[in-house]
Amino acid sequence: MKSSVITFPGSNCDRDMDVALKKFGFNNKMVWHNDIELPKSDLVVLPGGFSYGDYLRCGSMASKSKIMQSVINFAKSGGLVMGICNGFQILVETGLVPGVLLRNRYLEFICKNVFVKLDSKDNSYFKNLDKDILEFHIAHNEGNYFCTKDQLKEIEDNNQIAIYYCNKEGQIEDQYNPNGSIKNIAGILNKEKNVLGMMPHPERMIDESLSGEDGSLFFKNLINNIK
Amino acid sequence: MLVNEKVAIEHGLKSDEYKKICKLLKRTPNITELGIFSAMWNEHCSYKSSRLHLKKLPTKGKKVIQGPGENAGVIDIEDGDAIVFKIESHNHPSFIEPYQGAATGVGGIMRDVFTMGARPIANLNSIHFGSPQHKKTKTLLRGVVHGIGGYGNCMGIPTIAGQTSFDSSYNGNILVNAMTLGLVKKNKIFYSKAAGLNKPVIYVGSKTGRDGIHGASMASASFDDKIEEKKPTVQVGDPFTEKLLLEACLELMAGDSIIAIQDMGAAGLTSSSIEMASKGNLGIEINLNKVPCRESKMTPYEIMLSESQERMLIVLENGKEDLAKKIFDKWNLDFAVIGKTTNSKNIELFFDNEQVANIPVNTLIENSPMYDRKWKKAKLPKKIKFKKDDYKKLKIKEVLKKILSHHNVCSKEWIWQQYDHTVMGDTIQKPGGDSGVVRVHGTNKAVAASVDSSAVYCWAHPLTGGKQVVAESWRNLISVGATPIAITNCLNFGSPENEDNMGEFVECVEGIGEASKYLNFPVVSGNVSFYNQTKEVGIKPTPSIGGVGLIKNYQNMITMNFKEINNLVLVIGKTEGHIDQSLFSRTILDEKNGPPPEVNLFNEKNNGESLLSLIGKGYIKSAHDISLGGLLTSISKMCIKGDKGIRLKKSKNLIHEIEYFFAEDQGRYIIEIKPDDLKEVSKILDKNSVHFEELGIIIEKDMFINEKTKVTIDELRSYNTNWLNKYMSS
Amino acid sequence: MKVSAIITLKKDVLDPQGKVIHQALDGMGFNNVNEIRQGKYFEIDVKENDPKKAKEIVENMCSKLLANLVIENYKIIETQ
Repeated sequence: MKSSVITFPGSNCDRDMDVALKKFGFNNKMVWHNDIELPKSDLVVLPGGFSYGDYLRCGSMASKSKIMQSVINFAKSGGLVMGICNGFQILVETGLVPGVLLRNRYLEFICKNVFVKLDSKDNSYFKNLDKDILEFHIAHNEGNYFCTKDQLKEIEDNNQIAIYYCNKEGQIEDQYNPNGSIKNIAGILNKEKNVLGMMPHPERMIDESLSGEDGSLFFKNLINNIK
Repeated sequence: MLVNEKVAIEHGLKSDEYKKICKLLKRTPNITELGIFSAMWNEHCSYKSSRLHLKKLPTKGKKVIQGPGENAGVIDIEDGDAIVFKIESHNHPSFIEPYQGAATGVGGIMRDVFTMGARPIANLNSIHFGSPQHKKTKTLLRGVVHGIGGYGNCMGIPTIAGQTSFDSSYNGNILVNAMTLGLVKKNKIFYSKAAGLNKPVIYVGSKTGRDGIHGASMASASFDDKIEEKKPTVQVGDPFTEKLLLEACLELMAGDSIIAIQDMGAAGLTSSSIEMASKGNLGIEINLNKVPCRESKMTPYEIMLSESQERMLIVLENGKEDLAKKIFDKWNLDFAVIGKTTNSKNIELFFDNEQVANIPVNTLIENSPMYDRKWKKAKLPKKIKFKKDDYKKLKIKEVLKKILSHHNVCSKEWIWQQYDHTVMGDTIQKPGGDSGVVRVHGTNKAVAASVDSSAVYCWAHPLTGGKQVVAESWRNLISVGATPIAITNCLNFGSPENEDNMGEFVECVEGIGEASKYLNFPVVSGNVSFYNQTKEVGIKPTPSIGGVGLIKNYQNMITMNFKEINNLVLVIGKTEGHIDQSLFSRTILDEKNGPPPEVNLFNEKNNGESLLSLIGKGYIKSAHDISLGGLLTSISKMCIKGDKGIRLKKSKNLIHEIEYFFAEDQGRYIIEIKPDDLKEVSKILDKNSVHFEELGIIIEKDMFINEKTKVTIDELRSYNTNWLNKYMSS
Repeated sequence: MKVSAIITLKKDVLDPQGKVIHQALDGMGFNNVNEIRQGKYFEIDVKENDPKKAKEIVENMCSKLLANLVIENYKIIETQ
């Protein structure tokens, strides 16, 4: 299985993603933001970081970079595109997934483990996972997902919400919402379910010495689903 | 502008220093030259008050590749790998503009590390604020934390450990000390020594603006009432550009184009060019019209003294300019050939085709002033006779509650949760432990680092305090299973022109030297920050020690959380009941006098090495050193982290229970072992003549302190975690 | 009464935000930009009906909290 990780000048989770993808069997290539062509890929990942310093709005400038036109075309033709953290912010700026990501509710960067509950499994990312609640890790300043009422109704009707912040038992309540996201949303899909944007970093949870191992479950399942 | 003595004094030079300059030059300097002298000769760059004493520190060792004198120290961690590390202060700017001051502090120390060819792998910090009640404290704390996070998070370097304290002596002078560790191959370390004639001198990074002109002089001046009116000397950090600079430099360093490289930190282009020339025993010629400037009409004086961030100076091999330029173009950074190395041994500056400065390099470095300042030796305070009757009124649970929730003991999670501590995917011990630990990427090795200071002990008796900080750093590394290798120090003091403050400096340094020598824990880098004072009042002497150690197999790393029910808990090291200067004495009894606990270096070494050997043999399930707050405080933290309780046995120790629980005797650790291993562990400790006592047994949810006193884990946790959250949200 | 204030970095202070936005616009083909400086805009509704007094109050806020005069300037742009 071939994957590509896009490196923007201020990406800083690109190596971590490369390590994770390779560990679980992907043949991964790093792709520079100024390139025009995307290598042949089964999965394209927009990694975390601060793509262009993110001084204006997170992800806004990255969404206009050269490689992104190819990524958008790839997504529109049905290719799998996953944006993690800053990658999610870039995805919303390109319009591939609906909504925006605002500053965290308490205006502070948050780095910690969280639990997320899977909503729909009718997509290549979470299909066949035998757990419904995963322990993931977040590290962001702008992860407060927001969309209009109409958009919300639409994404709910289409089963586009991928994961919600919850507690260990899977209860989705405001007190388990780290950043103020509407409806505790931690990740969403596009209508066609081939584009996923999420704030948590599965690539930081890939061995027992790190923050946990649920990231391993995610990647193992992902590569099996793509095969 | 005409230069005379008055102008020189306005530049922070002393009258006799100005006379010396004229004598060395055999003429009156022009304004640009005067600016250069004032920057190079001020305390921050010249170490004129401290050099004499810093010389006494042990800086060599088998594992030391590079000691003080370079951008950072370098130690060997085997297999061809090395760790580059240093700590540095950014105190004054952080007080004036907490976000930018702290951010640029973090940016500066990271540049020091990647200048040497190392990719930063971990950040740490030691931050000190005034009393929580002081009106500025909360804003300063929030700003500093946001600034540290803002810069480090954007760079994608995990912040893995730190220290925060509050003390009214920092009301008008907060301390922000930032430390960075970088990883490099031993054969790819870059230095700042220029070599060869007619080699191109290259400027890369951000453009030069009027930022922080005379920041280095500000760092060496104490604050007065008019601080708010000081000229804009605080720089704005741009972590995104620094990230680009890091990647571009490392890309260039992969080849063999660089002869020497130096970051432009304090005193910018001035100190970087002069240091490179001085180390190479060469001259340097710069055409200032070639320097990329952000503002129009910048003068030579401003260009030379600007402290714009995110800039580097490089001496390249001839013919490599195009290759290097391509790399910096790729990363969208400025690149300019601004001069060359010469054999004149002078620094020669040209602007609009005129020579605007010509100074022999040695006058700026070797001939810079060095002072043997007057200092007063501190007396060891008399021990306080504590009345045991006073203890009778105290309830242990109440005392414990007060200590665990004390602002200098309580959990600092509110702070470190705002730092990305897991990026790079190698953090195996997060903040909140004895040391932060990161794996050496792709290997079985891990590097542990901690940062410590004990201003109260240093204030009570500087010599003992200096020793204690080094010992505590050593213990924090051992507690996670790391073999301590070397330290970096950031020496924060009041005015060296005050005999008491100077005495504190001299004796703290002596204590640091003594301990690091005995523990074979040499000082490889550091920085001195004097004049941390407002009007006549200096801060408590606060040397911050950053320690680094190696864990050969990261699977053997130790954490402090209690692991398993029915395991035994022991204390290593003797509890004599030293209460003077303890948190208990200072906050519960309100007794602020007396000597700090004595540091017995033989015991420190013996206890620490014995614990390391027990860890090596796999006997230790959890460990934690005993420091501020004493034995019961340490046990409580192990309970909280492990979510387990403990049943303490009645101690056979003859001292009073209160003293047993809250004394701050040094050289002690708490360890958890399996009951079956007790015999073997006792044998090893006995053989090494290490004093130890059995404390109790791990149980489920509660901590039984004695027959009458029970505290639940939830209670302990709420004591420990609530204070800072409440304080910051009120 | 509503008073608006704009806070900008002082002229000689580096503005990383403005710089990167400038570069990005350049990359998108907007080549006719000399410089961009980014700032903050505040709309403050003060309990005061006298324009002069309202302005004074906001000026005071700007100098004490909203701006750090070490690196920033403020400008009261309108009152209504």
